[in-house]
Amino acid sequence: MHEPITSPTAAKSGEVAISAHNIVKNFRPHGQATSLKERLLRGDRIPRKPFRALDNISIDIPAGHTVGLIGHNGSGKSTLLKVLSGIIRPTTGEVVVNGRVASLLELGAGFNGELTGRENIYLNASLLGLTRNDIDEMYDSIVGFAELGEFIDDPVKHYSSGMYVRLGFAVAVHVDPDILLIDEVLAVGDEAFQAKCLDKIEQFQQEGRTILVVSHALDLVARVCDRAIVLDHGSLVFDGDPIIAADTLRMLLGTTPDDEIAAVAPPDDSNPVQIVSAVPLAGIGGPEITAAYAGQPLVVRVTIDIAADAAARCAEVIIVLMGVGDIPILIQSHHGGPGPLPGGGRWVVDFRTDELPPARGAAVIAVQVNDPDGAPIAVFRAKRGFALVRDTVEDGLIYAPYTTAARIQARPAISAEPIR
Amino acid sequence: MREEPPLTATSAAVRAARQRVVRRELLTGLVRKDLKVKYQGSVLGFAWSLANPLLTLAVYSFVFGLVLKAGIPAFGFYLMCGLLLWNAFATAVGSACAAVVANAGLVKKVPFPLGVLPLSSVAFAIVHYVLQLFVLVVVMVAFGEWRHWDAGLLLLPPALLVALTFMIAISFLVAALNVRYRDTQHIVDVVLLAGMWLNPIVYSATQLRARLEKHHLWDVYFLNPMADVVVAAQRALYGTGRTFQSGTGKQEVLPDSGLMFYVTRLGVGFAVSLVVLVATYRLYNRMSADFAEEL
Repeated sequence: MHEPITSPTAAKSGEVAISAHNIVKNFRPHGQATSLKERLLRGDRIPRKPFRALDNISIDIPAGHTVGLIGHNGSGKSTLLKVLSGIIRPTTGEVVVNGRVASLLELGAGFNGELTGRENIYLNASLLGLTRNDIDEMYDSIVGFAELGEFIDDPVKHYSSGMYVRLGFAVAVHVDPDILLIDEVLAVGDEAFQAKCLDKIEQFQQEGRTILVVSHALDLVARVCDRAIVLDHGSLVFDGDPIIAADTLRMLLGTTPDDEIAAVAPPDDSNPVQIVSAVPLAGIGGPEITAAYAGQPLVVRVTIDIAADAAARCAEVIIVLMGVGDIPILIQSHHGGPGPLPGGGRWVVDFRTDELPPARGAAVIAVQVNDPDGAPIAVFRAKRGFALVRDTVEDGLIYAPYTTAARIQARPAISAEPIR
Repeated sequence: MREEPPLTATSAAVRAARQRVVRRELLTGLVRKDLKVKYQGSVLGFAWSLANPLLTLAVYSFVFGLVLKAGIPAFGFYLMCGLLLWNAFATAVGSACAAVVANAGLVKKVPFPLGVLPLSSVAFAIVHYVLQLFVLVVVMVAFGEWRHWDAGLLLLPPALLVALTFMIAISFLVAALNVRYRDTQHIVDVVLLAGMWLNPIVYSATQLRARLEKHHLWDVYFLNPMADVVVAAQRALYGTGRTFQSGTGKQEVLPDSGLMFYVTRLGVGFAVSLVVLVATYRLYNRMSADFAEEL
């Protein structure tokens, strides 16, 4: 049985509030026996591959930080939040949480329609770990925050959905948590209420509480969070600056505008040179990756179909790692001999970088095949991008080792009056 | 910033005490919710569940006392002593079976001590039982049945304790199983229907005694905690010195007129309940870690 209060130690600033190491979560495959009858008749004989929702996730969140958790639908965000809040247990790995946790996975979960707002406040708050005395003390404040007025004594089944979520949020934020886990609940309610929720979150931040928020609203994450974590198919692909995180996710999703590329070369099936794909790999023969790490090898594998009569015209294959705003981060080209690709057929060109430079951000691969005059025959832009990850404190697109020195050049004139 | 005391033995104890308070209040909150939701919108509300045993009493007294002549004197009262307990058990186990599944939305979204779900089913059933028992006692007093009462009344509280322990034990089991195997509910229904006849509720235990003792099954029969609880409640409320005509002649309705027989039975029943409880509580705790993903 899990406890609402996860650990007996109180969070202090500078301490780690949430520490999760090597979290793996497998879900049981469907098709397993769901009734005793079935179990007895056929047993559990059919072993099926479990679905891996979280793949070796490790995160440390210091107390007082606000961290965003972003990713596409089904990337494992909500699963991770449930693991951290203790609702489901990880298959392997360890979660340590310091401080009292309030999980806001769904506003008003546990409300009963037949009960009045007042009764639901008491029931819901005791589910979240408050005693009757605690609730008595903050009752007025909860009702005030929810702006329910005299409706508080009506059964909540008569509430509008706005009133419902207001009450849910009001109860949850009054639980007085050290750590608040929020799953996409800020998307509900009208603008005034959302502003109020954000105010409350800001207040929590100032009070030094730790907040972990799952959201699809990337701008909100970039604005509110000090840090963001990007999940992709259960893997952690980026952990750092929320703006870069948001860009990384956009590139992963392929939602960056690619008007320019489309303008250069509209898709043309009759083109004798067709660039089929360009994928980032962890190495020759390595798996496809969603994040490339500084200092690690990166292989970009480009597949091109060339008609026999067009081979002679292909003088050069160029790849560009394009960053946010289509800034070319890295350009590599392949050409040699009488031609880079002597003859028609399907060609695979590997661009191998042994040590990736210390860049940070998100990138998408663009490919271009040029003729001897340097004019493009075919262009291609990958749909999905990937993250460039670097392990430094400093932000910025690139990193160079540096030192700092300070010396004083002029001292201010000593004031006659003492400085207060 | 709130001041949190440093972690010491005392503050850990304070937190543990606090958690107990929270759990207890959560339990009472859930029971209050169940009571309120059940009687929402019915004019007589609570009175319905009190009228029910009175009607049963009237019908059975008429059918078995006047029409079919069961032989057991004051059959209606004899029946109610055991039937109310069995109904409480059946209600507790039946609703505990659905408790986790019915609260799926909560289990999947809010971390809270999951043990309170089956416990609230049991508490709900016990509250009902106590109220119905009160009605039964009032009616028995009105009909002069109190003349059969003696120190045996003292068996009632320990009997209730054994019943409570056994109900909790079985409730943990069925609540946990039903999450993974949804047909548990149907099996429980059938077992409850048949299980009633394993207890001397409608018949008298003395009717079975000779046959059971021949096969050394008399003690085995009373390994069932509910059977112990039922005879103890009958000794407490129905009383001794009441006989009926059976095939072998005049017999006492209850298997023993002293108190030690019942104290011993309750002791055995309590021991059995505790063993079952430890096992099913462990099972529930182990399985409850995966409830959120199995629902």
